[in-house]
Amino acid sequence: MADWTDAQRKTVASVWGQLDAEIGAHALARVLIVYPWTQRYFGSFGDLSTAAAILGNGKVAAHGKVVLQALEKGVKNVDAIKSTYTDLSRLHCLTLKVDPDNFRLLADCLTIVIATKLGAAFNPQVQATWQKFLSACVIALGSQYV
Amino acid sequence: MLSSYEKELLVTIWERMLPIAEDIGSDALLRMFTTFPKTKTYFAHLDISPRSAHLLSHGKKIVEALLEGAQNITTLTTTLAPLSRFHAYQLRIHPTNFKLLSHCILVTLAINMKDEFDPIAHAAMDKYLSAFAAVLAEKYR
Repeated sequence: MADWTDAQRKTVASVWGQLDAEIGAHALARVLIVYPWTQRYFGSFGDLSTAAAILGNGKVAAHGKVVLQALEKGVKNVDAIKSTYTDLSRLHCLTLKVDPDNFRLLADCLTIVIATKLGAAFNPQVQATWQKFLSACVIALGSQYV
Repeated sequence: MLSSYEKELLVTIWERMLPIAEDIGSDALLRMFTTFPKTKTYFAHLDISPRSAHLLSHGKKIVEALLEGAQNITTLTTTLAPLSRFHAYQLRIHPTNFKLLSHCILVTLAINMKDEFDPIAHAAMDKYLSAFAAVLAEKYR
């Protein structure tokens, strides 16, 4: 489990505080656009045939919000990320059968969307801390795969 | 596969970055060293502190190579052959590190271009950087 300095805790909370509700949808849309093979998990979402269709897809937007709500749990429990995501990890492994490497792709897209929003304030130190946090979440989401 | 629109977009973006090549390339490198500290092992003999001469000059080289590659995208393998040989035979950098740098280049572009770095630009750039990295790793074995 990751150790956190006070500065890192502040950084994670500060980045989180600057995100708007749409950012989860933007990140998820980018995963589907940049890595189209991830569409295999979203067969029930309707039209994902073009970038415009994905960006305008209401189910993508709604699931993006769910993702962001789940991430908030990690932000509020940085010292217990693994146990925070035990159930979600099981769901993705046993029921949804999602290859956990896709969590990393989502994390990378989220980081890039945040970079477009925060600009220069998202400096290398902030990026490193933020990705340390996301990386812990990604590991936790993959932790219940058997 | 890159569409002709994507190919043009890549050239446009990298042409735009050329005048600030030192800033863009060094920022991406610094982000890689900070976010993935293990990547510093390859640069132990160089000063890689922020804005150091080495960081700026290597950063500039990276952006210049990315523009050259984008301008010659149909002949990427031959265009990058010298760079590929250099990375395979002399530098011997574990090719997974190219992915880490690619990610940091995307972040640097996102910060520089803000909303202009939209999903279309992101997808085109990700495809290009992954093709570029594959060519760099081509001569490894």
